[in-house]
Amino acid sequence: MTKKELADVIHTKIGLSKRESAEIVEFFFEVAKEKLSRGEGIKLPRFGSFRVQSRKARKGRNPATGETIEIAERRAVVFKPSRFLRDAIDKQTA
Amino acid sequence: MKRSDIEKELADKFNLQPSQSEQILDTIIEHMTDVLEGGGRIEIRGFGSFFTKSYGSYEGRNPRTGSKVMVSSKKLPHFRPSRELITKLNGGNE
Repeated sequence: MTKKELADVIHTKIGLSKRESAEIVEFFFEVAKEKLSRGEGIKLPRFGSFRVQSRKARKGRNPATGETIEIAERRAVVFKPSRFLRDAIDKQTA
Repeated sequence: MKRSDIEKELADKFNLQPSQSEQILDTIIEHMTDVLEGGGRIEIRGFGSFFTKSYGSYEGRNPRTGSKVMVSSKKLPHFRPSRELITKLNGGNE
């Protein structure tokens, strides 16, 4: 599934034009990206939450050459699926 | 950021009724859930992808008591942020 498919569903279900639906989908993920890049988390009930977590600097190794390199501290996005989403996907335990 | 904040941003940007942006969020979340539930993959360019992974059952241990427990097989949702999002998060445009 891509953004195009989401836009099509919005178009069919809500009746907005295809063009506006596509812009809405684009904007939705753009806003999410902006928030995350500012370090802000996002909560979507029934789906899950996204938050930004820092990863400490550490020493790594180039597997090809074996040389030790310093991996700088960086920020990562963590997605935590909601209980609802987990249960929907993993039906045997739901 | 909460879901209602996103709804408000959508409504302001596209001149929508509050009920419409609520419906849009419902539609996006429901559709993404359906796709993952059906075993599909979601690929949002510039943001990241969502997919499910199946795990077989294995014998684990209760970390507190050390006793053996059987962990049943499961299927879990995952999110992998796009290269673009990770770069943005770390303030660079390499």
